[in-house]
Amino acid sequence: MIYRGGIGQWAYVLHRLTGVGILLFLLMHIVDTFIVRIHPETYTRLIRDVYAAPWFKPFEVALAAAVLYHALNGIRIVLIDFFDMPSVYHKRLFGAVLFLFVLLFLPGAYFLLRPLFS
Amino acid sequence: MKVHFRIRRYDPEKAPKPYWQDFEVEVEPTDRVLDGLHYIKWYQDGTLTFRRSCGHGICGSDAMVINGRNRLACKALVKELGSRIVVEPLRGFRVIKDLVVDMEGFFAKYRAVKPYLITRSPEPEKEWIQSPEDRARFDDTTKCILCAACTTACPSFWANRDFIGPAAIVQAHRFIFDSRDEGAEERLAVLHSRDGVWRCRTVFNCVEACPRGIDVTRAIEEVKRLLLTRKL
Ligand code: SF4
Ligand code: FES
Repeated sequence: MIYRGGIGQWAYVLHRLTGVGILLFLLMHIVDTFIVRIHPETYTRLIRDVYAAPWFKPFEVALAAAVLYHALNGIRIVLIDFFDMPSVYHKRLFGAVLFLFVLLFLPGAYFLLRPLFS
Repeated sequence: MKVHFRIRRYDPEKAPKPYWQDFEVEVEPTDRVLDGLHYIKWYQDGTLTFRRSCGHGICGSDAMVINGRNRLACKALVKELGSRIVVEPLRGFRVIKDLVVDMEGFFAKYRAVKPYLITRSPEPEKEWIQSPEDRARFDDTTKCILCAACTTACPSFWANRDFIGPAAIVQAHRFIFDSRDEGAEERLAVLHSRDGVWRCRTVFNCVEACPRGIDVTRAIEEVKRLLLTRKL
């Protein structure tokens, strides 16, 4: 049975998952920009068939979501680390993280996905 | 009311692997999980093994995983848990038998932070005097009963058994912030090491698990900040 921790546990799990996701993207990104030096044609094809392809859009949106969550929750952790506060406040801070996430993510996703529908 | 108990059992002398066993118990809603365990042990299966001593939430012997969360069996009321209760031993410790775990490593870490008053100044004529404000500074962490509910709820500890863990940090905090104590440096050296406070990832499971309502993460953060500002 999985341990039933509170909000903090799930905020942490999400932070780890998005962190690993962003790291994987960065590795991929290093590899593809490396290809531009050794084989420019392959690079052009890669950009056209993968990064600019419509099927890749959802991954782009997922990356944006991961970076946004990781950044906002990172600020939450910094606040917890540097300001003395009763621990229950971390839940309110998490509420603020979710609020800001939705506020920033919805327009972001809209702009990322708009080219698909026009 | 009828309650269904599902208990994680383990007896290395009988079977190499742990297994689940179910019991039906008749209890009052106001009874505690400990009462249910007693009923099972006294009337159904005398081999069921668990620790308990005071039965009143003060000795810290009976922390266990109850319905997926660390609690004291003597403080968890049946009415708060419903008619299906799942009981497992604490996580991250070696299980000796059924709900009894090996806490030697846990107490070794407790001893490592020197949980006693250390003084170097000449002894005062009567007693070490402390103002009410100075006493209040560490009041929260004096309440710890060393039940290990916090440490065994911590993902950092599950991943790395060498992590000193929230309970030992709480104990260190109790003395570091005591105005009469002069041993802070020795304790901070332990807490500043590889497996010290910096392994805390502010998950807050310890705060939710603590049966004494200690704000464990806040205490850990206070130690972290002390280490940081002391260096500056
Ligand atoms: S801090 Fe709380 S949960 Fe941790 S050992 Fe002490 S009483 Fe138990
Ligand atoms: S039996 Fe003493 S704390 Fe539960």
